[in-house]
Amino acid sequence: MSLTPEQRGNITLITGVIGADTHIVGNRILSMALEKEGFKVVALGALTPAEDFVKAAIETAADAILVSSLYGQGELDCRGFRDMCIEAGLEDITLYVGGNLVVGKQEWEDVEQRYIAMGFNRAFPPGTRTPGVVAMLDEDLKDKANGAAA
Amino acid sequence: MTGRSALLIDFGSTYTKLRAIDLDVGSILGAGQGPSTVTTDVNQGLDAALNDLEHHLGTLPDFTHRLASSSAAGGLAMITVGLVKELTAEAARLAALGAGAKLIGAHAYKLTDKDAAGIVGQCPDILLLAGGTDGGNEETIRWNADKLMKAGLDCPVIIAGNRVCADDIADMFSASGIDARIAGNVMPEFNVLDVEPARAAIRDVFIERIVHAKGIDKAEERFDAVLMPTPAAVMEGARLLADGNENHTGWGPLMVVDVGGATTDVHSIASGAPADGSVVQYGLPEPYAKRTVEGDLGMRHNARTIVETVGADNFARASGFSADEVEEFLKLIENDVERLPETEEEQFFDAHLAKSAVARAMKRHAGTVEIKQTLTGPVMVQYGKDLTAVGTVIGTGGVLVHGDAPADILRAGLFDQKDPESLRPKDPALLIDRAYALYAVGLLAGVEPDAALRFANNNIAENPASRKEGIHGRSPAA
Repeated sequence: MSLTPEQRGNITLITGVIGADTHIVGNRILSMALEKEGFKVVALGALTPAEDFVKAAIETAADAILVSSLYGQGELDCRGFRDMCIEAGLEDITLYVGGNLVVGKQEWEDVEQRYIAMGFNRAFPPGTRTPGVVAMLDEDLKDKANGAAA
Repeated sequence: MTGRSALLIDFGSTYTKLRAIDLDVGSILGAGQGPSTVTTDVNQGLDAALNDLEHHLGTLPDFTHRLASSSAAGGLAMITVGLVKELTAEAARLAALGAGAKLIGAHAYKLTDKDAAGIVGQCPDILLLAGGTDGGNEETIRWNADKLMKAGLDCPVIIAGNRVCADDIADMFSASGIDARIAGNVMPEFNVLDVEPARAAIRDVFIERIVHAKGIDKAEERFDAVLMPTPAAVMEGARLLADGNENHTGWGPLMVVDVGGATTDVHSIASGAPADGSVVQYGLPEPYAKRTVEGDLGMRHNARTIVETVGADNFARASGFSADEVEEFLKLIENDVERLPETEEEQFFDAHLAKSAVARAMKRHAGTVEIKQTLTGPVMVQYGKDLTAVGTVIGTGGVLVHGDAPADILRAGLFDQKDPESLRPKDPALLIDRAYALYAVGLLAGVEPDAALRFANNNIAENPASRKEGIHGRSPAA
């Protein structure tokens, strides 16, 4: 069941493109779409080091971090991301990753499993549309949306 | 004397300094100086200074304005507390420095009981409490407020954090008799800096409370107001010069370097946005009016640290002294921190100390640019302020005012081809504030901005650091 825009207003999301990656367009479209659906979005933009996602999440008390990676180096950039969050006291934060997550043509199920093993709650393949992301966020964050509203 | 005039008083930590200013002409009528007597009765030092001034002037005019600043009794000692070190904690630090405070502590994340006890033990004049964007993290600022209260904090608190819980925290402090005030969040949204409300709140507390606490109000019927801490007056003076007012065009982006005995202060009044549109700005945006204080770069109290910062061998090589001679000079200074250079060698040594201090302080203040390699090619990334286009650098402090070659000292702080990543001014006019006029301009800025600008033009613009350092044919506010 999808959340209302009011419920989504209780949810803060961090978005950004990780590492030495300048591909900002897809991330910007995603950020705008999420904002339009009612979420509070803190967009860090391109060329964002992993630790800056975490710092922004602490200061804004974010509920989820959405990491984009388009240049094939995502596995290196995202290594230890969940550990860094735990270290910073963000044990319960929801982590998504999406984009061209690996070099070359690989089976998506393998890629997804690798990122899940790294501690991401969900991984999204190339070509994902924004409504799909919104539906997942509604599902994963419904407790937080209602808890904060109560 | 028939013209309008102003008396400007600086209650300093060593001296009580006076300037009498002709507001119509924009000139200094005279100066007077007395000892600092804040610890006993502030009136004694003021009397001595007024006698000195009267001695120079013949008779004291009927002053239109009598305004004061103060850096007495340790200055405005502040401690800041924020959440993430590079975000709200840094924003709080910048706000306090910009208000002219002497920062005696800066904390990030959750305070421990020991941290809180330490803060209370340091007896700050004001504590600035930040943390969380508006609607963001509440837990840490609440935690820190609670720790500080339990540790027995009793100084005024300015709350400049997440507005969602600001009222709660203010109520909690007020309930135990602490003067707690809410200012706007220093970082209302992620990476948006808004330090002006916090600065204004600091100024208010300073005027209402600190002036009294420091005993300066014992002389209050003798002046109109103590407006601000002295460093804030310098900042306000610089801001008026850069921006001008509705009647006069300002000088544009400028910097001030004040090389003192205990610290080297740098102010920049400039947006610092990347000069090149393809450069990506990164990290926390910095305030338009930014002040940094380098507590390890003082000409007298930390002369040795200056030498160590550069490296003793490098310093010796650059200055032409042997390592033993450098050591001798440092010992002379350490044995007598009030010492003024007596020989030509000592002056030369001081000039080299000052060059090293200015170079380092300007480098720390200015932003940097670095090239990041990406798959799509190199990208220029800028951190902090790009000050390469700053048109004017004003130097002040004893070594610049009294030394032989102030231009050489200031030039040491400019853009360096060998260090192109450091975004320091490339080709500014170099001026010397010989009469400590900037603080006077800052005090007058609020009441007589036109007169303040006139005064600055006569007393700062007309003082190039060397003959060829004019103001590049620009015509500053006339």
